Amino acid sequence: MSFLKISNLYKNYGQVEILKDINIEIDKGGFLVLVGPSGCGKSTLLNTIAGLEPITSGDIAINGNSVAGLHPSKRDIAMVFQSYALYPNMTVAGNIAFGMEIRGVPKDEREKAIKQVADILQIGHLLDRKPSQLSGGQRQRVAMGRALVRNPQVFLFDEPLSNLDAKLRVDMRTEIKRLHQRMKTTIVYVTHDQIEAMTLATKIAVLKDGLLQQFGTPAEIYNSPANMFVADFMGSPAMNLLSARLEGGEGGLNVVLDRPSDKPLALPIKMANGALGAYSGKEIIFGVRPEALTDPDGADRNAKSLAEGECLIEVVEPAGSDTFAVTKLGGKEVVARLRADAAIHAGQKTRLAFNLDKAVFFDPKSQLRIA
Amino acid sequence: MSAASQDVATRNGIFARALIYAVLILFAVYYLLPLYVMVVNSLKPLDEIRQGNMLALPQQWTIAPWLSAWSTAQIGVQPTGLKPYFLNSVMMVVPAVALSTILGALNGYVLTKWRFKGDNIVFGLMLLACFIPFQIVLIPSARILGMTGLAGTITGLVLIHAIYGLGFTTLFFRNYYEAFPTELVRAAQIDGASFFQIFRRILLPSSGPIIVVTVIWQFTNIWNDFLFGSSFSGFNSIPLTVALNNLVNSSTGVKEYNVHFAGAILAALPTLIVYIVSGRYFVRGLMAGAVKG
Repeated sequence: MSFLKISNLYKNYGQVEILKDINIEIDKGGFLVLVGPSGCGKSTLLNTIAGLEPITSGDIAINGNSVAGLHPSKRDIAMVFQSYALYPNMTVAGNIAFGMEIRGVPKDEREKAIKQVADILQIGHLLDRKPSQLSGGQRQRVAMGRALVRNPQVFLFDEPLSNLDAKLRVDMRTEIKRLHQRMKTTIVYVTHDQIEAMTLATKIAVLKDGLLQQFGTPAEIYNSPANMFVADFMGSPAMNLLSARLEGGEGGLNVVLDRPSDKPLALPIKMANGALGAYSGKEIIFGVRPEALTDPDGADRNAKSLAEGECLIEVVEPAGSDTFAVTKLGGKEVVARLRADAAIHAGQKTRLAFNLDKAVFFDPKSQLRIA
Repeated sequence: MSAASQDVATRNGIFARALIYAVLILFAVYYLLPLYVMVVNSLKPLDEIRQGNMLALPQQWTIAPWLSAWSTAQIGVQPTGLKPYFLNSVMMVVPAVALSTILGALNGYVLTKWRFKGDNIVFGLMLLACFIPFQIVLIPSARILGMTGLAGTITGLVLIHAIYGLGFTTLFFRNYYEAFPTELVRAAQIDGASFFQIFRRILLPSSGPIIVVTVIWQFTNIWNDFLFGSSFSGFNSIPLTVALNNLVNSSTGVKEYNVHFAGAILAALPTLIVYIVSGRYFVRGLMAGAVKG
């Protein structure tokens, strides 16, 4: 049975629909990440789960009980805010204990709980300090401590890492994951960073303009994006989305890509499924991630459908661990990801291997995935 | 070459600085002159003033005019000095300042953190109170005080001052709380704090500068007010400003200028002290909220 269930949720501000028909379910102990560009409604959705903003219609249930209409403090949730929202006039210990103090928990119990949380997060030495005397990472820990001490049914995180510098962000990300594995509490986490989403989530919900674009495991979202938006948004560097034609050839369908200074490139698909057949002879959008477009030696040996083609390399970008190569196909720049020491030079023609197992195809009009 | 031009720049800098200081000192002297005249003459016997040299230091120092102004001078028909009226003013100012500050803080809190439909209209209407000339409201106010039976009492004066101070105190607190992070309020809500708990535990402890500003502003305005004091006070509730007027305008006997000067300083002293003690917060508080971050 699902632990957190959001059903048919709508949220309007006046005439403007912020969230439209959101349906999400996660299991107990799951890690749900809400991801999307700015203004997609992900923070609003989190706030409606917290009860900080009322919903227009629909329902939110935690552990089988509807919480819609309940005051935030009655929903058995805890939230970590983007700005940490530490009470500036209280010490770290005071911040962590404030909720218990309000609920009238006796002092010795409060102190025990503070100590326990401080041990988990290693902030014992900071307990007497004011938030203004802490560094960004320390404030982050205190904010998490304040949430942890409630021992809630659901944790809510609102872009908790966006105010940290790059290195600290990676550290804290690992720490949040470790914490989740240890506490096994259900978490809802908002971010605009798709890498955070991929690394942390057990389930990802991609939102855009208040609409749920896709809901699934990180692997589903990454490998089988429901539409071009999800394909483009998730992954870095982004998926190459190219205008192409499907043409029947010997042994099945070919993906045909136009090239500016060469004859079109035809890639035979060996494992074409039925849905794709209907598009034979039509325009489609061909999506291939940079790591599925490599030098032939570096290609996945287990791939069932591998196609090769000569491409003119325009730019080479060595990135240390990999080398990125830019070529032009279907009227667009295409990024290929090669081994670091691949012999490749700008301005030369090079054979590239397309792993068509990993390729996806979209309808250019509806932008939805065909196969 | 660059050293030489730097030299010139430094010399120009010193010259400009000297000029600025000279002008500032001149202005300061100009503004302090009346205070000097008041202090000097309040410490002279009356016949020294009659000799005509207002700017001279006293030949014979005396605090008799001060004592007279405080406790024996003729105010209207009573030889009571300013003392009872000073107490009237204190009893009027303290509750009126406290009331208008607390209500202003609550208004600011609601108008920024508990927004409701039409909140900006409500705020706009309250702002209007800052621009209404008080003469306009004299008659309605008198009518309300009469109906509530508060006419001529200190309570009535407190009520009037608190209400007409609300426009400014609300403005101050609203602008201050506008910059106060809403996430803190939300965090407290999730922690289970109630409306007043959030106000008292989260907002008020961070409101020091704006409270100082509001208190100075309200204290100065209410203490110095003459219009409401002369319109709505009764025999037992005359505030100091009105009493000072009565002292100066008493036409029996000789005009005791030294006593008048001492009385005027006495009347101005509390606001001066409040400003000197907490004035450095004043500018800081006024600026807070004007610039974000």
